[in-house]
Amino acid sequence: MNFSEVFKQSNQLCRVSPDGKYLATCVQYRLVVRDVNTLQILHLYTCLDQIVHMEWSSDSLFILCAMYKRGLVQVWSLEQPDWYCKIDEGSIGLVSSRWSPDGRHILNTTEFHLRVTVWSLCTKAVSYIKYPKACQKGIDFSRDGCYMALAERRDCRDYVSVFVCDDWHLLRHFETETQDLAGVEWSPNGCVLAVWDSCLEYKVLLYSLDGRLLSTFSAYEWSLGIKSLAWSPSSQFLAIGSYDGKVRILNHITWKKVTEFDHPASINNTKAVVYKEVERKPVVGSADLFIQQRITMGSTLFNTQSKYEICPLPVQVPVVKPDLDRANPKVGVSSMAFSSDNRYLATKNGGFQVQSVTWHCSGDSLILLGKEQLCLCYMEVGEEEEEEEDDDDVK
Amino acid sequence: MCTTSKDYTGAIEHLFMFLDAPELQNEAEDVNCWWEIKDTSCSSSRYRISSLRQYSQSSVLPLPMTRNPYTMPTISAFCTEDNVSECISYINQEVSSLGFPLLCTESNNGPELNLVAVLNNVYNLLQLHRRCLQTVEEIEVEQVKSNSNMDYLQLSNTRLKDQLELSKRENTGLLERERQLQLKVKSLHNCLKNEKEEVQKLQSIIASRATQYNHDMKRKEREFGKLKERLNQLLIDKKDKKQTFEVLNYVGRSDGKRSLWKTGKTEARHEGEMYKTLLNDYDSRHKDLLMENAELKKVLQQMKRDMVTILRPRKPSQSGEKHDDSLEQTSSEEDEVCDSSRESLELSCEHAREQLTNSIRQQWRRLKSHVERLDSQASLVGERANMNAIPKEVHEEEMDRLKLEIQQYKDFIHTQQQLLQQLNSPCDDETASLLNDCYMQEEKERLKEDWKSFEEKRKNFEAERKNFTEAAIRLSHERKAFEEDRATWLKHQFLNLTPFGDQMKPQMSKSQSALSGCAESEVRPMSTPAKLNKSLSHTAFSTSRASPAKTPSTADLYRTHCLIPEKSPSTIHPKQDSSILRNGDVPAQLRHVNGGANCRAYTFTGDRNGSI
Repeated sequence: MNFSEVFKQSNQLCRVSPDGKYLATCVQYRLVVRDVNTLQILHLYTCLDQIVHMEWSSDSLFILCAMYKRGLVQVWSLEQPDWYCKIDEGSIGLVSSRWSPDGRHILNTTEFHLRVTVWSLCTKAVSYIKYPKACQKGIDFSRDGCYMALAERRDCRDYVSVFVCDDWHLLRHFETETQDLAGVEWSPNGCVLAVWDSCLEYKVLLYSLDGRLLSTFSAYEWSLGIKSLAWSPSSQFLAIGSYDGKVRILNHITWKKVTEFDHPASINNTKAVVYKEVERKPVVGSADLFIQQRITMGSTLFNTQSKYEICPLPVQVPVVKPDLDRANPKVGVSSMAFSSDNRYLATKNGGFQVQSVTWHCSGDSLILLGKEQLCLCYMEVGEEEEEEEDDDDVK
Repeated sequence: MCTTSKDYTGAIEHLFMFLDAPELQNEAEDVNCWWEIKDTSCSSSRYRISSLRQYSQSSVLPLPMTRNPYTMPTISAFCTEDNVSECISYINQEVSSLGFPLLCTESNNGPELNLVAVLNNVYNLLQLHRRCLQTVEEIEVEQVKSNSNMDYLQLSNTRLKDQLELSKRENTGLLERERQLQLKVKSLHNCLKNEKEEVQKLQSIIASRATQYNHDMKRKEREFGKLKERLNQLLIDKKDKKQTFEVLNYVGRSDGKRSLWKTGKTEARHEGEMYKTLLNDYDSRHKDLLMENAELKKVLQQMKRDMVTILRPRKPSQSGEKHDDSLEQTSSEEDEVCDSSRESLELSCEHAREQLTNSIRQQWRRLKSHVERLDSQASLVGERANMNAIPKEVHEEEMDRLKLEIQQYKDFIHTQQQLLQQLNSPCDDETASLLNDCYMQEEKERLKEDWKSFEEKRKNFEAERKNFTEAAIRLSHERKAFEEDRATWLKHQFLNLTPFGDQMKPQMSKSQSALSGCAESEVRPMSTPAKLNKSLSHTAFSTSRASPAKTPSTADLYRTHCLIPEKSPSTIHPKQDSSILRNGDVPAQLRHVNGGANCRAYTFTGDRNGSI
């Protein structure tokens, strides 16, 4: 493995363009665009304030830079470096900003979620959407980019609005039977919208594209409910991760539970293979070394090699008991990711320091990102496994 | 004791009342009279014993008091006129043993009864008797008392036993109740524990919910506060920063088309598109489901067919079963259903599906019952042949071993097949010619060697035979000479039947020895190759048959010259031969030998033929 030189960045804003040609990084108030292969700086843009959020447009032609404090959004063009676009939300403030799927509209959510402003780069038209809901995931675009689902709350009731992204025409608007809607997510085929309730109630509602309620699913009452949700790429399965540490999978025909996965502290399943990282420190030489040598040795001392060895079953996974007295406790399945070939589901349960779980597009490998480290997991080709649980202890 | 006559009478009356002897009553009066007369002390009075005779017992001496003390046994005459002294002495003895004064003392005028002593004795006896009676009475009273005690005790015992029984039963009942109650207590404990756990769980849930609510509330309150602040700020600030949108120029749409006005048409178009997407999705799903359905139906059909085939062979074997008819019926129905369902499956209507599922269920039920029956049969058989029951592990081992063996055999067969194929496969001419009869090569070699050895042997035999024939010819010449000799000797003998026989004897003996010598010499060439004797005869006989031209009459030679040794193939003894020759009982031997030779010749030739 070869490493490039270290580049500066701020706010963890590093994005590769959707077409994979460019790499954009933010350094304070500067936007640096590099070529992915040569890492040469192609463009350098300067924004008016520290950039808090940066996003590529879907066609890799524009980059959006949002500065929430100032309520500013600046858009830069790659084709025309002189082109500029500045959106100032004014006194109404800015909480979040994102591109629309067609890459020509920007949706700004104002402070206090008063409204969502849709700015069009083509027509200079502005649209306002009232009463957006401030929740875990209030807006979701369908994968083909045709429709947008928006969660709304009016008069203490939850609604979902479906917009056509072409012209922001309100297609459907319906009330949901939720207490406190927490999120919406389209299925990959764009025909089903999953709507889930806040963690105080375990409830998942499935609506079809035209707004009909298809089914409801509730695994249990009273205990803290859904923490995360994920569709399988083929839209056949819906994985629901909850605070009880279990993942329940629903099938798309009957919307009934197909199976449920647990995250036990001791792994006993004979089909499971547990890899444990074992550190190997190199042997330190004798004490009467020259200082020079010691320095060189020192650098190697810190390069501890690690090796993964297979642990014999049963394996006790070290679990840190989280503080249950706090709100949104660090229990439950917080992130899930299906592999793109529908074969594997990676889930993270509990307080493991894994920030994100991402699959490679081929479905063969998995990246676990921790705070300071990352780990690549390669799946064995040719194995028929429905689920591979990766709870290993990434430090 | 006897003090007054009244006492006496009273005592005696008392006594006799107890005695209850009717025949004695009269006598008692008499005695009474007597005692009234006397008024003396025991020691000085005298008594007449005549009346006492009445009380004697001749036969039974000790009075049995065990039975009824009141009935006296029949007293036969104990004392008579004759045996007075004996009676007296006897009574004296008895009385002295009891410690009473003697009845009679020896005096001058013969044995005289001391009346006083007698009376005293009687009185003592009476007292004794009375005491006995008293004790008897006491004992009786005691006995009655004890009887009544015993009865009472028995009664109380039975009562107590009943009580005990009752109390035991009660006890068990109580124990049972206690046990049940304990069980109940345990179950209640468990319930309580469960309830506690549930309560705890619910409490924890409530706590977490409460924290969540609080958190949300706080968050909302914070937001509210911020909102209020912002509102305040706006009201104070007055200058409202408007939204601005600065763009250098418009950007074209990503798809290059122009944007359309929002009209009803567009709305309808959107609706249409939405429904199109939905319908497409449904269509694809419908297709998938249809395919899945078709596959499952196929599988079900297959299963049904398999089940029918599995269940069908049972029919001819079970002739006496009730189910037979129904089976046949149902199977025929099944076939019908099969066909009809197959047809109607093409239409895939509800009816067909129902038929199919029903038929599958029916078949499955039959299969299940069949398997259950087999299981029960197997268990019955297993119970009966329990000794022969092979445990599962042994069975498994056996199975594995057999499988391994089968695999090995299969491999073996496979390799054999391969080799065979190699054999049969056409190869080059060279190799073919080389390999021609390759398997017979070894045998051929061996055969050649055998032939060689046989040839050698044959040569040897020829040589031997030659020698033999020469020897035979020599022998014949010698024999001729001997015969002539013999003839001349006989002639001599005959002619010289004279007392001069001893002159001839040494000649005889000489000729005899010559005979024996030549016989021995004749025999020796035959016997020298001892081991080849048999083979010689073999070769001789056979060559006589096989090559008659060479030695036309070797066998005849032998026969005529009586040289064929008497031998069975197993026993060849030169000495025997010589003895045979010496004996001179030739014609008989000849005959025997001839016959034997014939047989042997046949057998030998047969062997010869057989050996090759």
